[in-house]
Amino acid sequence: MHSFPRWKYGLILTVLVVSLMGALPNLTTPPSWWPSALSTPMTLGLDLKGGIHLVLDVDVDKAVSHSVAGDIDTARQALRKERIRYSKLANDSTSMTIVIKQADEVEAALKVLQENFTTYDISDPAGSTFVLNLKPETAKELKKFAVDQAIEVIRNRIDALGTTEPTIIKQGERRILVQIPGFEDSARAKDMIGRTAQLEFKLVDEKGDLDKALSGSIPAGDIIMYGPEQTRNGKSYRQPYLLKRHTELSGNEIADARVSIDSRYNEYAVTLKFNTKGARKFDRLTGAHVGERFAIILEGTVNSAPVIRERIAGGSAQITGSFSPEEAHDLAIILRAGALPAPVKVVEERSIGPSLGQDSIDQGINSILIGSVLVLIFMGLYYRMFGMVANVALVFNMLLILAAMSIIGGTLTLPGIAGIVLTIGMAVDANVLIFERIREELRLGKTPLAAIDGGYDKALSTIVDANITTLIAAIVLFQFGSGPVKGFAVTLSVGILASMFTAITVTRGIIAFSTAKRNRIEKLSI
Amino acid sequence: MQLIRSDINVDFIGKRKFALIISGIMLLVSLGALATKGLNFGIDFTGGTLVEVKFETAPAITDVRAALSPKGYGNAVIQEFGAPEEILIRVQNEEAENSSVISTAILDGLAEKFGADAIEMRRVEFVGPQVGEELTRAGIMAVLIAMLAILIYVTFRFEFRFALGADAALLHDITIVLGLFALTGKEFSLPVIAALLTVIGYSLNDTIVVFDRIRENFAANRKRKNPLEEKLVVNDSINQTLARTLMTSVTTLLVVLALFFLGGEVIHDFAFALIAGIFVGTYSSIYVASPVMLSLAGRFKGNEEEIKEMEARP
Repeated sequence: MHSFPRWKYGLILTVLVVSLMGALPNLTTPPSWWPSALSTPMTLGLDLKGGIHLVLDVDVDKAVSHSVAGDIDTARQALRKERIRYSKLANDSTSMTIVIKQADEVEAALKVLQENFTTYDISDPAGSTFVLNLKPETAKELKKFAVDQAIEVIRNRIDALGTTEPTIIKQGERRILVQIPGFEDSARAKDMIGRTAQLEFKLVDEKGDLDKALSGSIPAGDIIMYGPEQTRNGKSYRQPYLLKRHTELSGNEIADARVSIDSRYNEYAVTLKFNTKGARKFDRLTGAHVGERFAIILEGTVNSAPVIRERIAGGSAQITGSFSPEEAHDLAIILRAGALPAPVKVVEERSIGPSLGQDSIDQGINSILIGSVLVLIFMGLYYRMFGMVANVALVFNMLLILAAMSIIGGTLTLPGIAGIVLTIGMAVDANVLIFERIREELRLGKTPLAAIDGGYDKALSTIVDANITTLIAAIVLFQFGSGPVKGFAVTLSVGILASMFTAITVTRGIIAFSTAKRNRIEKLSI
Repeated sequence: MQLIRSDINVDFIGKRKFALIISGIMLLVSLGALATKGLNFGIDFTGGTLVEVKFETAPAITDVRAALSPKGYGNAVIQEFGAPEEILIRVQNEEAENSSVISTAILDGLAEKFGADAIEMRRVEFVGPQVGEELTRAGIMAVLIAMLAILIYVTFRFEFRFALGADAALLHDITIVLGLFALTGKEFSLPVIAALLTVIGYSLNDTIVVFDRIRENFAANRKRKNPLEEKLVVNDSINQTLARTLMTSVTTLLVVLALFFLGGEVIHDFAFALIAGIFVGTYSSIYVASPVMLSLAGRFKGNEEEIKEMEARP
């Protein structure tokens, strides 16, 4: 028989020890001196742990058009400051059109625009019309920034829920994956994450005629916005307001938001405190507009429009509504965490209740145990001593999978468990191939030791070919699969690689070790 | 112990006409079912909302429907899931934007009728229309790319006609497993795609083992003074590997059956696809791959040198 090199014994022992050490953290907390690379247990996927799994899509185009809309405001102010008169200021989602009134001011206007808008391509003025196009790289940057900022805001909101180890990561260009393990209230999570929490403060146009505006003639610089839906005389109704378009203050100038009790109606409310800059603006604003109304707009709906009775220094504002304590609490959280830079939409959800996760773990472990016991018994009966050797390799294989998954930081999902179960069935395939070949060699009249050599040598290329094709399928699955299915691809790949080692090298090692001391072997127990 | 006598010699190749008829019938039935009934696509591909709820005591389906009606989902698909206390509710996406809150409305409706403590959220899945399209595309791509990659690998390791034989067997297996899903109306979901790819890997595994032996025996055969017909060599090869083919099918079946019966409702259909795949995969590696490869003999003949080089590979 071929000699089995010493270094291979060493390799088997090393792998065995590392596997044992790597698998240990899954059973108990390892001692402090344990190598850190081997100290992490396998992570359980959300489908086993239970929790909320959401994929959000950020409306990045909205973020860009929002920014352009803000720039048109800047353009207006810059032109006014230089006393350049314009006859038209308009914008669409990525460009601005500016028409200058006097031909002799076009040159001065160009200078102003060039100074202020380096992020735009400014066309040569055709007559007195400028078209400013947002540079594509700027648009791209704005989109990226919107997603990054959305992640930041969502993280703040989720952290305030007090859950452990949420996962919030970017997926592709404009999607965000949110996982909150152990959290069950899918409705609340979606509400907290999905709200833009855009907060704006605008003045009510007291001189404008609301009725006229409603019939179509809105005064320049004004917009109509509505209050929340309410029922009046059995009909649903929303109170309209005629507001100045300009946003005086926004959620960016909020320093803090707390749940409070509205003293008039004894209801839950949220009290906002402005930051220094906001307080200064608020002070000036209230001073200049005593007697007028001031609208608080939350997510496009006018929450309230109280009358400014006097100048308010170091001000705070209150958001009311028939809130439940939890609603008020959540609203305070999202206002504190800040507004989303662009609307987000849930495009995929896979949330699992805690009991289903536990059931899946139990059922998965059951399948693994029963499946492997059946295979162990069958192999033992069918191949006797050699079957027992294959069984040792199979147990080693499972240990190796467990350790490898822990060390590479893989996530175990329910389909992943299925992958392990399947690997158990297929791992013995290599041994079946070898053992059948050994039997054939014996039938051809070879001596037992020669038959072992022949069996291993001839089966090797078949084993490699057969496993590589399965590995190809697993890799493709990993590339194209999503979430849990990826977990299946990972355990299947790890299982295949581990089984090649255990079924070939480990069984060979055991057989070589047990036959080494004997000179002659009459019969193989196969 | 031996299941297969060592001197077994079944005339597989001689029966290939008969096998062709059986395969033909299975394929026709599968394609027919796929064309008429179609697959019962799950929300992974159609988009939609799925809510699994566990009740304290088994509810009547009509009561569940009554609870959903005021929310506007009285037409939802409602069914038992594994146990009478567990109910699965499925709703299509609506045209309106906010399909993601359908699950909220459903859970609210149930809580209002049965009491919040009497029900437990087990699972909420929502797939938006766009994601559904993406998953469908990715699923089709995965199966096609896997087949192509395998074609390339097998061509590289064997001859082109072997690769075609292997891919014919794969198409055969996938069609029949898909046909079974159409016939039984079982839900076709993302994990089932994973199962299909595993079937591809498994079926191929079987085929390769047989092909390996054929290659080995072809090489030996060419050195003989009076070479046997290819047909006979192939038949011998299948017989020689028969014990292994059946053994591996048995061990794999054992574990997959454990999954099917013990793995829980969520991966039931996944395990079903694997069981079906193991059966047709074992059948096709004997009755489809090799006959197809044989029937292509001489069509892609390379020169002698190429064959020698191919045989020299390990």
